[in-house]
Amino acid sequence: MNPTLKKPRESVNLSELTQSTFPDEVLEKVLSLVQSHKDRNSASLVCKDWYNAERWTRTKLFIGNCYSVSPEIVARRFPKIKSVTLKGKPRFSDFNLVPENWGADIQAWLDVFAKVYPFLEELRLKRMAVSDESLEFLAKSFHGFKVLSLLSCDGFSTDGISSIAAHCKSLTELDIQENGMDDISGSWLSCFPDDFASLEVLNFASLNSEISIDALERLVSRCKSLRVLKVNRNVTLSQLQRLLVRAPQLIELGTGCFLPDLTSRQYAELESAFSNCKNLHTISGLWEATYRYLPVLYAACASLTFLNLSYATIRSGEFSKLLTHCPSLRRLWVLDTVKDEGLEAVGTSCPLLEELRVFPADPFEEDIVHGVTESGFVAVSAGCPKLQYVLYFCRQMTNAAVATIVRNCPDFTHFRLCIMNPGQPDYMTNEPMDEAFGAVVKTCKKLQRLSVSGLLTDLTFEYIGRYAKNLETLSVAFAGRSDWGMQCVLEGCSKLRKLEIRDCPFGNAALLSGLEKYESMRCLWMSACSVTMNGCRLLAQERPRLNVEVIKDENSDDSADKLYVYRSVAGPRRDAPPFVVTL
Amino acid sequence: MSPPLLGVGEEEGQSNVTLLGSSSSLGSICQKGLALKERNYMGLSDCSSVDSCNISTSSEDNNGVGLNLKATELRLGLPGSQSPERGTEPCPLGSTKVDEKLLFPLHPAKDTAFSVSQKTIVTGNKRGFSDAMDGFSEGKFLSNSGVKAGDAKETSRVQPPKLKDANTQGTVLEKPSAVNEASNRAGSGAPATKAQVVGWPPIRSFRKNTLASASKNNEEVDGKAGSPALFIKVSMDGAPYLRKVDLRNYSAYQELSSALEKMFSCFTIGQYGSHGAPGKEMLSESKLKDLLHGSEYVLTYEDKDGDWMLVGDVPWEMFIDTCKRLRIMKGSDAIGLAPRAMEKCRSRN
Repeated sequence: MNPTLKKPRESVNLSELTQSTFPDEVLEKVLSLVQSHKDRNSASLVCKDWYNAERWTRTKLFIGNCYSVSPEIVARRFPKIKSVTLKGKPRFSDFNLVPENWGADIQAWLDVFAKVYPFLEELRLKRMAVSDESLEFLAKSFHGFKVLSLLSCDGFSTDGISSIAAHCKSLTELDIQENGMDDISGSWLSCFPDDFASLEVLNFASLNSEISIDALERLVSRCKSLRVLKVNRNVTLSQLQRLLVRAPQLIELGTGCFLPDLTSRQYAELESAFSNCKNLHTISGLWEATYRYLPVLYAACASLTFLNLSYATIRSGEFSKLLTHCPSLRRLWVLDTVKDEGLEAVGTSCPLLEELRVFPADPFEEDIVHGVTESGFVAVSAGCPKLQYVLYFCRQMTNAAVATIVRNCPDFTHFRLCIMNPGQPDYMTNEPMDEAFGAVVKTCKKLQRLSVSGLLTDLTFEYIGRYAKNLETLSVAFAGRSDWGMQCVLEGCSKLRKLEIRDCPFGNAALLSGLEKYESMRCLWMSACSVTMNGCRLLAQERPRLNVEVIKDENSDDSADKLYVYRSVAGPRRDAPPFVVTL
Repeated sequence: MSPPLLGVGEEEGQSNVTLLGSSSSLGSICQKGLALKERNYMGLSDCSSVDSCNISTSSEDNNGVGLNLKATELRLGLPGSQSPERGTEPCPLGSTKVDEKLLFPLHPAKDTAFSVSQKTIVTGNKRGFSDAMDGFSEGKFLSNSGVKAGDAKETSRVQPPKLKDANTQGTVLEKPSAVNEASNRAGSGAPATKAQVVGWPPIRSFRKNTLASASKNNEEVDGKAGSPALFIKVSMDGAPYLRKVDLRNYSAYQELSSALEKMFSCFTIGQYGSHGAPGKEMLSESKLKDLLHGSEYVLTYEDKDGDWMLVGDVPWEMFIDTCKRLRIMKGSDAIGLAPRAMEKCRSRN
C-alpha cells in the first residue's frame, strides 16, 4: 500500500467530491480520535485514502483469534501500534476440552513486535500460551512497556512475573488472572526496584503463593497513583488494613482472606480504613467471608458499583444485610449459597443492577438439591428491570419462569443460563426448555450473547434463527435433535460471529449448510457431535480461506471429534501440534 | 410381557406420567388407572422390565459405531430413545407415538409434539426407575427425581460423554456402559455417583479449585468453628409439644424469629398468611403477625443463671452463648415484660 497515493485511477463518482477537500493530515487527525476497532475497520473500507489514514493512526490492535492473521501481516499494515490485545485458544479450552500444547504461543508475535514496535506499551492476552522465556523477552525488549494483562493463559510461572517486575521500569499495570501457571514463590513482588513507583493496577488475586507483606506495603506506599489493588488469599485482614491506610485512593479493591481473626481494636481499625476509602467502586476477593466481618465493609459500600462475592460462601442473611448498604450496585457476582432468599434481597435492594452472575458453590454435588432455583432469578428480574447481563447456574428451571424473567427485563444483551444437569427438562411440566429460550429471543431484541441448556429440541434453534437477529455468540451443549437445528441458526442469525457446540446431534449436513456463513464469522467449534472427517474435508475443499482443524480422539474411525473452523488470511497454521489435523 | 405402568404421575394430575417397558400397551393401561397395582409390581421387578425394554431397544438400534456395546448397556430408555447424536430419529414406533400423545397433555399441537413427548418419556423413565427405588415418596417425586432423572439420563441418553478421567482421549464407549450399570445397581441406596462429564458445568479451573477448598474451610469457619450444632428446646404456651432449633443456623434475631413463626404457626388457629397467600384463615392472621412482635406473644429465654430474659437485648453472639432454652410466652403471662416488649418491637419496626 503506497501511502502517498492520493488519487485512485478508478474513481467512484463520490470520490471526486470529497478527495480534493481533505488533506491527509486532517483525515489522520480525525481518525486518530476514533478508538473502537470496529469503527476503524469500517473506516478503512471507505476508500484507499481512508484505509491509509486509518492504518497510520491506529495505535490499538485487537485480534480476536491469533491465527486469523499473522504477525508479519499485522506489522506490514500497522506501523504505529502501541497496544495489542490477543486472544488465542477456543473458549472451550477453559473447560479442558482442548489438549495441552495446542498452540497460540505468544513468542512468534513478540519476535515480530520487538522489531517493528519497539515502543509497544500494552499487551493483553487471553488464552495464549506464554512461557517464562517469553515474559523475560518481553520485559527486556520493550523499554517503555506499561501494561501486562494475562487472563486464562498458561505455560508460565512466577519466575516470568519476576522478570516483568524487575525490568519494566515504567510498568503501570500488572494483571494476572486465572491462569494455568506455576506458582513457585511470591518473591516476584520483591523484584520491583526500590524506586519503582508507577504502578496503577496490581492484580494478583489468583496467585496462591505467599508474598512479602512488607514489600507489598512499601510498594503500595510508593505508588501514589495506585487505583486497583487485588491481593491474594494469603493476605490477612490485619495486613489488608495496613494496605488500605496507605492507599485510600483505591477505586477497586480485591481483599485477601476475610477469616475473622481480629481483636476488637483491629476490627475497629479495619472498619475505619474502609470508611476512608471514599472512591471504592469495586470490591472482590472476600475469601472465607462470613457474617461476622462483612459489616466492616458497610461504610465503603455507598458508592459501590461492582461487588464480586463469587468466592465467598455466604448465606442469605448476611448477604441481604450487606446489600442494603449497596444501593448503587450495577454488577453483582455471587455464589448460590445465598439461595433464592438472597436473590430476593437483590431484587429489593439493587434496583440499578445491570449484571448478575450466580456461580454454583458445589457444581458436582448432585445428591442434595440446593443452590438457587428459578424463583430466585424471577425475584431478581422483578426488582431489577435494567438487567442486561446474566450468567445463572441452577439445578432447576421452568419455561414459565424464563418467560416472566424476560418480560420483566427485556433489555438483555447477554443471557447465559446453565441448568447444570445436561438435558434436563422443565421440572414442573416435564417439557423441553424450548419455550424458555423462545421467549428470550422473541423478547430481547438486543440479545448479543446466548448460552442455552436444559432439554432442547430443534424448536429452540428455530426460534433462535428466526428471532435472534443481533446474536453474535451462541453456546450450545447437550441440545437439539437433528441437523435442522443448527441449520436454522446458521441461516437465520445474520450477525453470528462465534458458534460453539458440544455434545449435540449435528452432523455433516448441518456443518455444510454454513458454507456461506463461516467466512463472516470468527470461528466455529463443534465437539462430540456427529460430524465426520469427510464432512470436514468437504468444508475445507469448498472454502480454502477457512482453516478447518480437527482434533481426533484415539479411535481411528471417521468421526471428527473436535472441530475448529475459523477464517484466516494467514493460511493454515504452521505450528500445529501432531494431534491437530488441518484439512 | 404386560409392562407395568407407574401411575404415580396420574395422581399428581398432570403430565408427569412415567413409563417403563415397551410401547404397545402404554396408552390403555394409563387410561385405566391401574396405577396402584402397577406400582407395586414395578417396585419389585422394574429391573426386568428395564431389561426387556433394552432388548427391544437394541434390536432397533441401527447405529454404526459402538453398536454392540450399546446393546449390552443397561439403559433406561424406551425403544427408540437412542442417544440422538448418532443420527437416528427418535424411534418411529407408530404405537408409541399415538399413545404418548394421549398420555401427555401437550400444549396446542406442534409438529414437534411427538419428539417432545418422546423425550419426556425418556425423562419419565428415569424418574420412574429412581422413584421406584426411593419407595414412591410422592411428595418429593418431582423435585428429587428431577435431579436424579438428569443423572441417569445424562449418562445414557447422551452420546457417551467423555468421562473425567486421567486420559480424556481414551476409548469412550466402554465407560458409559460401566457407569450406567453402576448407576442402576447403586440406585437402591444413595444415588450413584454421577460420572463427571469433561468440562461440564462450564466453570473455569481456577474457580473450581478455589471453591473446592473454600467450601471445606467454610464449614469450619462460618461462625461454627467446628463446634456442633446448638440445639435448644423451644416451648410455646398452649402448644402440646415442644420443638428444638439449632441456634447456629441463624445469624440474627430476625432469622430466628421468622423460623419460630413458621414452626409454631400450626399451633394457632388457621394458617399463617403473612406472605400474602390468599384463601387462608383470616381470623388468626393478625394474631400470628403479632407473634413475637408484640401483643399476643413474647419470646423469652432462660440463660445460664436460670433467669428468664427477654430475647433481643444482647448481641446475637452473646445470646447464643448464654441461651439455654426458649419460651414463647403468652403476653398475659409476661405482665412485667410485655409492655416493654411491645415498645421495643414498635421501635424496631
